[in-house]
Amino acid sequence: MMTSALETHALGKRYGRHWALRDCSLQIPIGSVTGLVGLNGAGKTTLLHLAVGLLEPTIGRIQVFGETPSQTSPRFLARIGFVAQERPLYRRFLVKEMLTLGKNLNLHWDNDLALSSLARLKIPMASPVGKLSGGQQAQVSLVLALAKMPRLLLLDEPFANVDPLARQEFLKILLEVVATREMTVLLSSHQIADLHKSCDHLIILSALQVQVADDIESLLANHKLLIGPRVGVDAISRAHTIVQASHSGRQSNLLVRTHSFIDNPSWQVQDVTLEEIALAYLTLSVESAQAQQQRKQEVLQ
Amino acid sequence: MIKFYLDNRSGVAPYLQLVQQVKHALRLGFLQPGDQLPTVREVVASIAINPNTVFKAYRELEREGMVESRPGSGTFIQKTLAVPSRAHLETLRASLLPWLSSAFDTGLDSESITALFIDTLQHFAPETPTLYDHASSEKKL
Repeated sequence: MMTSALETHALGKRYGRHWALRDCSLQIPIGSVTGLVGLNGAGKTTLLHLAVGLLEPTIGRIQVFGETPSQTSPRFLARIGFVAQERPLYRRFLVKEMLTLGKNLNLHWDNDLALSSLARLKIPMASPVGKLSGGQQAQVSLVLALAKMPRLLLLDEPFANVDPLARQEFLKILLEVVATREMTVLLSSHQIADLHKSCDHLIILSALQVQVADDIESLLANHKLLIGPRVGVDAISRAHTIVQASHSGRQSNLLVRTHSFIDNPSWQVQDVTLEEIALAYLTLSVESAQAQQQRKQEVLQ
Repeated sequence: MIKFYLDNRSGVAPYLQLVQQVKHALRLGFLQPGDQLPTVREVVASIAINPNTVFKAYRELEREGMVESRPGSGTFIQKTLAVPSRAHLETLRASLLPWLSSAFDTGLDSESITALFIDTLQHFAPETPTLYDHASSEKKL
């Protein structure tokens, strides 16, 4: 039985001599809501564009529900919803005309959902799209994407320029759909605090590579802040993966990905928040990521 | 009906936060057997939380026997968390006194004792709540 909505294997994309994404292997389970986090230029948009078939991989493989993404297959296109960062809407169309357009261009269309969501968001149906605020335009594009009833919905920075209230309403509508029918969501965002609430899986792209792709619960359980003697750091690094370290005098603070239970009494073990975990991985520079990779290979040898 | 919230600054998994909030409400008597928990959709609509998290929390509560899900009508509180009697607490407190004296005799100060206790507690079994049936407890009384 297929359990992944999206699966990539050693996926890479190069523009000329410049790699935008490298050695990306991950799986997104069906029915999950996955947050995609990374600094600007980390490859988030590239990954999303590869997933919908707007780009083709330079190397590696990407599959959506077991199929290779294709912009020419109506069947594939009906299964995915994609809202690009630019929120492509026809600015001179009225909101209700956008609905008619969506209804006529798509294989499946849930007009009731579109109408009820727009009413809830108090978006005037007779207003030209271009006259709506940025937040409202974001909401309209989300509603259009939901109305086509995709099995996989991809959102590229849906919260950019959206005020906190509109963001909250946006998430509610999205998650209510997830609660009522099977839909997988992958959304990129810089709002890690929001992701903690609305997502169950997290992917962290940093240094052009996938640093983390896991369910949020395991991430929180596996990552700990250790405070203890600097002389003991080597012993910790042999048993666990140190993501971030800072030292002051004889004391060291380590954010580690644990591989076993830490019951060494000389280390004080503290829980960390998702934001702290994400920030630690994002801080990893290209150099240290490579160094880590090298160490991993040495361990394997 | 209980109103959930999520603490983003917490390292506790979101589903566990919901489980803990239900337990907390039970301990304080805000929730009682027969009370209904909000539907997953209602929780999502009120705090924009991932529905899978709510499902998971409800499944966990069900596994622990605290709630019962009735298909078509919702999730209902079934049991309540035991609150030990005052006498029982006094007995436990009394048994701590000799232990405390020996700890002070060894030269520990109260801070070290607290740290030692918390550390031991954390390494002891994970939280295992004592449950009892409302019906059976009334019989005992």
